[in-house]
Amino acid sequence: MIVPAPASSAAPTAPFVRSVPLRVIPRLDIKAPNLVKGIRLEGLRVIGDPADHAQRYFEQGADELMYQDIVASLYGRNSLIDLVRKTAERIFIPLTVGGGIRSIADIQALLRAGADKVCLNTAAVARPELITEAASTFGSQCVVIAIETIRQPNGTWKAFTDNGREHTGLDAYDWARRAVDLGAGELLLTSVDHEGTKQGFDLDFNKCLATTVGVPVVAHGGAGSAEHVAEVANLGVDGIAIASVLHYRQTTVGELKKSLAGSGVEVRP
Amino acid sequence: MSRVTIVDYGLGNLHSVANAFTHLGATVDYADNSAAIASAERLVLPGVGAFADGMRNLTSRGQVQALRAFAGSGRPFIGICLGMHLLFDESDEFGTHTGLGIIPGRVERIPAGGVKVPHVGWNRLQPAQRQAWDGSLLANTPTGSFAYFVHSYAAHPRNPAHLLVVATYGPHRLTAAVAVGAVTGFQFHPEKSGTAGLAMLSSFLAAPSPLDVP
Repeated sequence: MIVPAPASSAAPTAPFVRSVPLRVIPRLDIKAPNLVKGIRLEGLRVIGDPADHAQRYFEQGADELMYQDIVASLYGRNSLIDLVRKTAERIFIPLTVGGGIRSIADIQALLRAGADKVCLNTAAVARPELITEAASTFGSQCVVIAIETIRQPNGTWKAFTDNGREHTGLDAYDWARRAVDLGAGELLLTSVDHEGTKQGFDLDFNKCLATTVGVPVVAHGGAGSAEHVAEVANLGVDGIAIASVLHYRQTTVGELKKSLAGSGVEVRP
Repeated sequence: MSRVTIVDYGLGNLHSVANAFTHLGATVDYADNSAAIASAERLVLPGVGAFADGMRNLTSRGQVQALRAFAGSGRPFIGICLGMHLLFDESDEFGTHTGLGIIPGRVERIPAGGVKVPHVGWNRLQPAQRQAWDGSLLANTPTGSFAYFVHSYAAHPRNPAHLLVVATYGPHRLTAAVAVGAVTGFQFHPEKSGTAGLAMLSSFLAAPSPLDVP
C-alpha cells in the first residue's frame, strides 16, 4: 500500500485512539420525497418513505442518522427541510444533513429545521473558506466535510464531487487534512468505488486518516456484512455509515451491533 | 401539564430541546428577555456555540441578572452543553471570559492526550460520588447508560460535591453533569440521547417547582 505523504502544514501526531463506542449511522439517500439507493452512487432505486425508515432505524438502536439529498436541486429543497423538521420532531438522536448546501444561510435553514450537523462537499471544494465561516458561525462540531474518493491506478486517491461524477483534481488525503485545518469537525469518507457494492470498505484509505486526524472520521461505502464493519472499525474509525444492508433488510442495526460486540468492537447496546 | 421556558439568546438550536419537551407532553415557550425568565416555572438554558458569544448575547438581552435570580429561586433549572458551561464562573474558550457564576468553577479545553477533540459520540454515564445519583434528574437512569456528547471544552466544578456524573474519555475523567440544589447542568445532550435522555427530561418536568399550582 502507498501511504500518501502528509500535508506539510500538519504532520500526523501520535495515533488517536477511539475512546467511545463505534457510532453506527444509517445513511439515507433522499431524492425527494423518496428514500433511494444506488450502486457507486448511481442507478438509483426507490426504497420507500425516508421518515418511516428513519423511525425504524432509531428504534433499532441507531446512534445517529444521516440524510443526503442526492439530487440537491432547488426544486427539492423545501421538501428536504420539511423532512428534517418532521424527523427532528420524533427522533431523538443526532441528525446530519447534506446535499446541495452552498451558503451559511442554507446551513442555518437546516439547523433551524432540526439538523444537528451539516455535510458539505461541492461548496467546500469550490470555496474552502466556507468551512471556516461555517465553523466559526455554528461551531466546528456541526461541520462535516464529505470526502468522496476514487482510488487511482497509481495507488493514490482523488477527491470527487457530485456523487463521484466531478473530478476536483485534489488529492483526497491532502484535501481531507486541509479541511480539518480549516475547521471541519468531522470527516465523512465516502469511497465512491465501493459504495453500494456490499464488497467491503476501502480499508487502505480509511487507514490513512482514521487515527491521524484529530477529529472524528466516519467510513462510508461498501458495508456488506458485520465482518466488513469490524474490519474498518479495527482501523480506528469513529463511525460507520451504512445503507444497503439496512434498506434491503439484510440486517438490522441491533443485529449488526450484536455481531460487532461479539467480535470485540465496542458499540452502544 | 408542565410548562417549560427555553432561554432564547440567539444561539444554538432551541428547537431540538423544544421538540423533546413537546414529545413529552410539556408546553414550551421561549424567553428572550428578563421578564419571561423571571416568570418561568421551569427553565432551560440550551446552547451550541462559543462561550463568549453566549455571554455577550445574554448580556445584551438583559438576561444575566434574571438567570442568577432564577437559579436562587429553587425552581427547576437545567443548562445543556454551552448552557451548562455558562453556569460557571469563567471559561478559557478563545480567551478568558466571565460566566454567570451560578456554580463555582471553570471551563477548560479538553487536553489532547491521544484522544480526538471534540469529544463526539455516545459515552457511558458514571456516578461521580460513591452514592449514586438518587434524588437527581438521573434517578430513573440506570448507571452505565449512554448519552450523546459533542464538546471541546469541559467544566471543572470547584466543589466536588457539585459533581454528579462523570464520563471517561481516554485518560480523562470528564464532567458529564453537575447539580446544585434545583440547578442541573448536562454536558451531554439529553434531547439527543434517545430514551435515556428523554427519561432525564421527564424527571425535570416532574421536579417540584415552587410555582406549581396545587
